[in-house]
Amino acid sequence: MAWSSCWDTTSPYASWASENLTDPDLAAGFRAGDIRALARAISLVERRDPAVRALEQQVRDHGATSGVVGFTGAPGSGKSTLVDGIVHLLRQKDMSVAVLATDPNSPFTGGAILGDRIRMQRHALDPKVYIRSMGARGHLGGLSLATREAIRLLGAFGFDQVVLETVGVGQSELEVAAVADTTVVVLTPNQGDGVQMIKAGILEIADVFVVNKADIEGHMRVVTELRAMLSLSSPRSAAGEPGGWKPPIITTVASRQEGLDRVWEAVLAHRRHLETSGLGRLLVEQRLRDETAEVAAEIARERVRRALDEDHTLAGRLLEEGTPYNTAEEILDRRAGR
Amino acid sequence: MKVRARDAKQAWKEDFEASSGRDDGIETSTISGIPLRPLYTSDDLPRRDEELPGQFPYTRGIHTSGYRGRLWTMRQFSGFATAEETNRRYKYLLANGQTGLSVAFDMPTLMGQDSDAPTSRGEIGHCGVAIDSLADMETLFDGIPLGEITTSMTINSPAAILLCMYIAVAEKQGVPASGLGGTLQNDILKEFIAQKEFIFPPGPSMRLVVDSIEYCAKEVPKWNTISISGYHIREAGSTAVQELAFTLADGMAYVDACLERGMQIDEFASRLSFFFDAHIDFFEEIAKFRAARRIWARWMRERYGAQQERSWKLRFHTQTAGVSLTAQQPELNIARTALEALAAVLGGTQSLHTNAMDEVLALPTDKSSRLALRTQQLIAYETGVANTVDPLGGSYFVEALTDEMERQAEVYFKRIEELGGVIPAIEASFFQKEIADAAFRYQQELEQKRRLMVGVNEFTVEDEPPMEILRIDPRLEAEQVARVREVRRKRDAARCSRALGGLKKAAAGTENLMPYILEAVRAYATEGEIMQSLIEVFGIYTEQAVV
Amino acid sequence: MAPTAVRPVRIIVAKVGLDGHDRGVKVVARALRDAGYEVIYTGLRQTPEMVVDAALQEDAQVIGLSIHSGAHMTLFPAVVEELRRRKATDITVFGGGIIPEDDIVALKKQGVAQIFTPGTPLAEIVGWLRERFPESD
Repeated sequence: MAWSSCWDTTSPYASWASENLTDPDLAAGFRAGDIRALARAISLVERRDPAVRALEQQVRDHGATSGVVGFTGAPGSGKSTLVDGIVHLLRQKDMSVAVLATDPNSPFTGGAILGDRIRMQRHALDPKVYIRSMGARGHLGGLSLATREAIRLLGAFGFDQVVLETVGVGQSELEVAAVADTTVVVLTPNQGDGVQMIKAGILEIADVFVVNKADIEGHMRVVTELRAMLSLSSPRSAAGEPGGWKPPIITTVASRQEGLDRVWEAVLAHRRHLETSGLGRLLVEQRLRDETAEVAAEIARERVRRALDEDHTLAGRLLEEGTPYNTAEEILDRRAGR
Repeated sequence: MKVRARDAKQAWKEDFEASSGRDDGIETSTISGIPLRPLYTSDDLPRRDEELPGQFPYTRGIHTSGYRGRLWTMRQFSGFATAEETNRRYKYLLANGQTGLSVAFDMPTLMGQDSDAPTSRGEIGHCGVAIDSLADMETLFDGIPLGEITTSMTINSPAAILLCMYIAVAEKQGVPASGLGGTLQNDILKEFIAQKEFIFPPGPSMRLVVDSIEYCAKEVPKWNTISISGYHIREAGSTAVQELAFTLADGMAYVDACLERGMQIDEFASRLSFFFDAHIDFFEEIAKFRAARRIWARWMRERYGAQQERSWKLRFHTQTAGVSLTAQQPELNIARTALEALAAVLGGTQSLHTNAMDEVLALPTDKSSRLALRTQQLIAYETGVANTVDPLGGSYFVEALTDEMERQAEVYFKRIEELGGVIPAIEASFFQKEIADAAFRYQQELEQKRRLMVGVNEFTVEDEPPMEILRIDPRLEAEQVARVREVRRKRDAARCSRALGGLKKAAAGTENLMPYILEAVRAYATEGEIMQSLIEVFGIYTEQAVV
Repeated sequence: MAPTAVRPVRIIVAKVGLDGHDRGVKVVARALRDAGYEVIYTGLRQTPEMVVDAALQEDAQVIGLSIHSGAHMTLFPAVVEELRRRKATDITVFGGGIIPEDDIVALKKQGVAQIFTPGTPLAEIVGWLRERFPESD
């Protein structure tokens, strides 16, 4: 009872009456640059509401895509301050920015306190900055599907840059890396047990390393250790190939806006590399395929759940014989009916 | 004979374990979570040389004669709406026996804003007096001889400005700064930790505090330059141990900063004062006060090498816990306040504010305000507890609890040190997280009725009649706005502008800013203008909030 | 195909005005999270414009404000007015703080849905929200 009772499963539009947006107006509002329409659309994406696909078709031809950079780091790394600083920098270059910040939802109650927005107070009321907090909702892979669609919407809406921000717990870094063009991993001197303890996978996914809080003693040690570890592992793009991308290590003091221009330059350099090496196109293709597979998995999952809910004979048989593989195949082999 | 005593204790233990306990599910630990045994005996008395009042480490009090020599100061915090009205209230309280003044400022003043700033709208005069310039300060103390009373001013970020205003008013009365006595709260660290009335970042904020301490050491020697506060930390939800530890840690940070400035410990240490909460868990509070004195004395003498006795003595003001008051059956707050005040007195406070019963809802009426003062007078003159110094000294329970609080505080000091000190700990949100966790834990205990708030989660009454409460006349806001604009019109614009320019220049350097602020104040620069000049140099601080 | 994921109700929780007493608002934020809501805490010193803008960007259904400074009669109506200006009157506004009974009545007339005074059990606040935003079949 507890966790589900506050989740709204009705169509969003039922309660949004009168002067507030309804379905046909959503696309119109979106195209007119109404922030609320964008926000509503992203909510549809979060609920995995198929209605958003219709919307996407209508707004899609504003073909612009935004550059996507992802920031990930352990709590306490100052990642939020860094992102805030980057947004500031981008605004000084007169670019519009959307920030998607994810916090893990409680797996038990489904609730979350989404606290990234509060770190970006100086951009409040700037119409060219959009900040959206997304709870990770405990869905395996759910984050990346919703994020990918949200990114497309943000591009269609017209934002120059999209920044993804996620706290480094669970699988979130890998999900960010799967979605962002450039992934920035943020470390600090107070990593505690040193760079060796950094979670497996981080080194592989980083396109840029930032060692923040460089005014604290110990930051050079982190830089040195990182460099040592990187020289042992292969660059992300192509194993050992000349012209492969070597992730730079940049020191910053985000709270004083120091070093952030170098971070952005590194991001741009990485984008240029993606383009000139042809890797960018490869990644786009690979990601579309991955996304298609994940969408298929999502559809299949839903189909299986519904089948088991509706077909009691089938469910009974599953329980008796304990044959999830057979049952799954059987369901998927059925015609994709309703 | 010893053998018989042991048998008796053993017998008691066996009897107790065989007896049935209460089954109401109420926690038997202190509000801070310190487990309490059902009985304390001579076995629990710490083994040490007997402590005596007025002797290091002052567990039993900093004065040899305690309240026999002099009662605590009855200092009721007050102020609301305009300087004129507050002036009237002060005269009323002084006539009724209050022995020192205490000024509460309104939110815009506390936040360094003038009454006509856009963000001051709706906020003027609600929780204290609006002071925009020296003119308002002159009205506030009109007819009150500053050379004969002491005044406590509760203000933090703009504290230096208000102190300069006080000095300037005294000048006009012909009272030299050296003759002024009082206290400035001026504790910016607890703002970052709990009350959140910070403006500038920690570095420049500390500089201003040290400037004021340094200035007063020479020019206003009778002034208590800082009231290092645990009250707000406690009100934000901390436990008593956290209140104790975080407050004393802040104290150490200020001492370190002053030493870094080049002052000698004995030059300023005796003018540092403290401000604690008196909460409802009776004995825990008493133990807290005693532990505070002991810890501070040891550090001053042993760690900082202070030579003078008065540098070792922790002096404190206490306020009964605002957060323990209820809106339901508010008359009960009179009883709560009385018990909390009693704990403060038994803990040896130097001065005391007792809350009025209606303060949960609004600023107090004359009647409830007077009742609060009378409560102190009752304790002082009817109960007899002031006739003996530290009456609970030697109590098995109180001594054991005092030691336990000291021990737990030391654990926190270590952790803060590991984080690199108070300011790094603030930036790492250490204190803020401890406080938020403690607040939430307590709330859960209330929700589960493991602790009670009478009238709120138990023993409630349906349909209480609405209370008569004090309302601020909304016209006063417009009047105050007009007043500040008038001041700007009438002042010597050139002198004011020069003063502000001089202040900005000095702020960018390393000089002591007090003389520059004093000059700006004399030139009728408004508080907001002075703060704005400093903001242009120091910047504004945004906290990394943790929930 | 129907939406396959459910969506927690989103609540913006903030303090408007100069007052910095955030104990209550933080405790409430945690309680709302434990009850399953997505809480976006925007912190201290918010203006009505900032709070409403955040609610629109985040597509929140509810705004919860905490005011202990006595400025509630100015600030709550300002938020309601800003929602009107941004054509978002479907967003529910509720709050808590040191607010006398007479003022609560007046604020409700001006569009504030509910005010919770000190001492209100968290369970009551959560219960009220659940009633307004029920799970539907």
